[in-house]
Amino acid sequence: MSGMVLTTRDVVREFGGGRKWFGTPRPHVRAVDGVSLDVARGRTLGIVGESGCGKSTMARMMVGLLLPTSGTIEIDGASVADLARTDRRTLHRKVQMVFQDPLGSLNPRKTVQQILEAPLKALHGMGRAARRDRVAELMSLVSLRAEFAERYPHEFSGGQSQRIGIARALAANPEVIVLDEPVSALDVSVQAQVLMLLADLQARLGLTYVFISHDLAVVETISDEVAVMYFGKVVERGPRARIFADPQHEYTKLLLASIPGARRAGPPG
Amino acid sequence: MSGRPSAWRLLTQNGVVAFGLALLGVMVLIVLLAPVLPLLDPNVTDVAHRLKPPLYPGHWLGTDQVGRDILSRLIWGTRLSLVVGLTAALVAAAIGSAIGLSSAFYGGLADTLLMRGIDMLMAFPYLLLALAIVAALGPGLFNAMMAIIVVNIPFFARGVRGGTLSVVNADFMAAARLSGLSDWQIIATELFPNVLPGIVIGVSTTVGWMILETAGLSFLGLGAQPPQADLGGMLGEGRNLIQVAPHVATIPGIVILLLAVGINLVGDGLRDVLDPKLKSGGLARTHARTAAASSEARRAGLQPAGDAARQPLAVRGLHTQFTVGRNVYKAVGGVSFTVKPGEAVGLVGESGSGKTVTALSIAGLVATPPGKITRGEILHHGEDLVDVPMQRLQAVRGGTIAYVFQDPLTTLNPLIPVGEQVAETIRRHQNLPRAEAWRKAVALLESVRLPDAANRARSYPHEFSGGQRQRIGIAMALANNPEVIVADEPTTALDVTTQAQVLALLNDLRRERNAALVFISHDVGVIAELCDTVHVMYGGKVVESGPVAAVLQTPAHPYTQRLLACVPVLGNPERKIEPIPGLPPATNALPEGCAFAPRCHLAEARCSAAEIELAPVSADHFARCVRVAA
Repeated sequence: MSGMVLTTRDVVREFGGGRKWFGTPRPHVRAVDGVSLDVARGRTLGIVGESGCGKSTMARMMVGLLLPTSGTIEIDGASVADLARTDRRTLHRKVQMVFQDPLGSLNPRKTVQQILEAPLKALHGMGRAARRDRVAELMSLVSLRAEFAERYPHEFSGGQSQRIGIARALAANPEVIVLDEPVSALDVSVQAQVLMLLADLQARLGLTYVFISHDLAVVETISDEVAVMYFGKVVERGPRARIFADPQHEYTKLLLASIPGARRAGPPG
Repeated sequence: MSGRPSAWRLLTQNGVVAFGLALLGVMVLIVLLAPVLPLLDPNVTDVAHRLKPPLYPGHWLGTDQVGRDILSRLIWGTRLSLVVGLTAALVAAAIGSAIGLSSAFYGGLADTLLMRGIDMLMAFPYLLLALAIVAALGPGLFNAMMAIIVVNIPFFARGVRGGTLSVVNADFMAAARLSGLSDWQIIATELFPNVLPGIVIGVSTTVGWMILETAGLSFLGLGAQPPQADLGGMLGEGRNLIQVAPHVATIPGIVILLLAVGINLVGDGLRDVLDPKLKSGGLARTHARTAAASSEARRAGLQPAGDAARQPLAVRGLHTQFTVGRNVYKAVGGVSFTVKPGEAVGLVGESGSGKTVTALSIAGLVATPPGKITRGEILHHGEDLVDVPMQRLQAVRGGTIAYVFQDPLTTLNPLIPVGEQVAETIRRHQNLPRAEAWRKAVALLESVRLPDAANRARSYPHEFSGGQRQRIGIAMALANNPEVIVADEPTTALDVTTQAQVLALLNDLRRERNAALVFISHDVGVIAELCDTVHVMYGGKVVESGPVAAVLQTPAHPYTQRLLACVPVLGNPERKIEPIPGLPPATNALPEGCAFAPRCHLAEARCSAAEIELAPVSADHFARCVRVAA
């Protein structure tokens, strides 16, 4: 399908394994077990699942931080694994990532300016003046005051740090952004701010998102398509409305039934 | 920007460190000035004036066995020892750090090869290795320095590898990779600046040691060769004369001592500044209960307790604050609520709203220093827990008032089987024989539906899943049939399906045992599922309280309304979520009047004019808002 910007086919990722020095096999885990997904351009694929289901491993493979044990991941028809090995710069101009821990994803010893300039210089070879302008533009895109660029990460709250993380991903001017639990560490009022920002950026820049979360209500709010992962496999996927209104797999039903009552629509009580 | 004093001020503020700094400064200044000071030639012998005592005319510190001026030899010798020690430390640090960094960064085979090499170096006794190297290379100061560098490389390699490993998997390393930086750029700009403080600490704490080692080798005649003077060599030469002319050995000995003391004091100071976690202040013991103002001061202005004195728990006008440096954080600023027998009370709010500090204040568990209860009282059947005797408080804690915390992995002791820990809680409060307590512990673990409880009671905390550990935490809380269970975000660390099970369990147990529940959460959904009444907290105050249904369906305070509008609701994705602009206030700079006013779309002048009281919305529903009070 031409509308698909990111496709994965039968992706498997194992950890451990191999043999010790004396030939005894090491134990291995299959964190991702045959995942096939398609992400349409300009849309959002939500991936939900509980801890250990392989969703973060999937995210890291999509951006080339991890290589699949088998299977293929393609972005714009090019293999992510090949690009990760031979041409990381091209890959990271296409796909970027936003991490869960807003502060942990920012180097504590660099200013925001330095953090945001790194991709501009390394990926786009921009000159000093152009970088300065672009950083100011990025700061305003994520609704942060331009003078904040001179500060260090520890001077920011969680929500502000996550905006900087988003600005760093945007600096590469990517087509696809993989967001791994981007609002889980934030307070609800701040979480809502970041969700609105993401929706707004998608509308303005035509971005494609892969949004990974354990929070079903958040995924429902932001996604067009949803995939439910369980023990490394996608147990159910489809359009958002269908998944939430008419879940087919037992696990999806259990997940939905586990949400506390007040956060479900319908007659209050 | 930040209230943290500069590194230099931190360094000089500490008297002991300042002393070391002054000592070292004077010595370094003197040896730097050695070429221009009016000193005699350190190597010119004058046998006619040998072994003269200190204060001899022309030789302030006397002369040695061949009549050389000790002062001159001492200054030149100290200069040499300092240069050798510093060079050895820097070179060993550079090589060791390079090995440690690459070992941790590349991992795998590189790590194995490098670290096994380091292990081989470490397999030899330290001094023996140095001696062997000098023996192979031949005596001499340069060779001695080489030997000391080699034997010290493992120290730096291992230290830096450890420091690097803790950084190498950080998300910002992945982010740097995604930013298109090459391996070298990542090592130079991301990794190195973050492990540098560790290296500096390593150098500053080992320079002194290296000077001692060089002195040791010279003392043995393997370092500086005569007539060259260094501290160890001078000490060695004076050794034979210790009976005849003790000053020849004593003076360099004292200088070595002062040098080592100065360097180590400064090294410790640097470590404190660069690594605040190790600072002695951080390890200050906390008191067994939260400090409190005098009971008169705390109760000033409180209404008589009345009916609240008969309830299992009544928090009345509670103010808890933290004093850190010059900042006073008013974490809790006047919280009141009552818990009736068997009632489930929810405290909901965002981080920094004061809900956890309120919960911890109940049993005096807020860390002191820096925490203090400045006003208000906490009544447990009319008894003020803030000033009951310590013994009584300990009987209440884990007895009639029990806690369940957020992360059971950190609250359970990893070295003791879980059954043992539950049994200990029982025996602490009830006078039961060991076997009886164990039986009760197993029964409790069964009651929280831990599968195969009789056998699993012998397992250690890490052998359980998160949900199972939280069940064990609940079993511990139930151990002594508490009247009140205070549960602080008990399901936040759990997956949704596990959370649902734990919530159902808590609900069943509290109904079975008629225990009251104080349930703290940031998740209104969870509160709604479990609680009868809810108190919404913001900026250290309760801004709205009442029956759960009333508060969540017809919220009266703008904060509650907007908080609810922020939460995505399952099955209703078209509902627009409306973020609250701005950030929650810092509790050390709370605005006058309503703390929410700066973010509130309905704010008016009177919101920030004066303190606002909780006003009734209906008979049992209250809100702290001028629009309700009017």
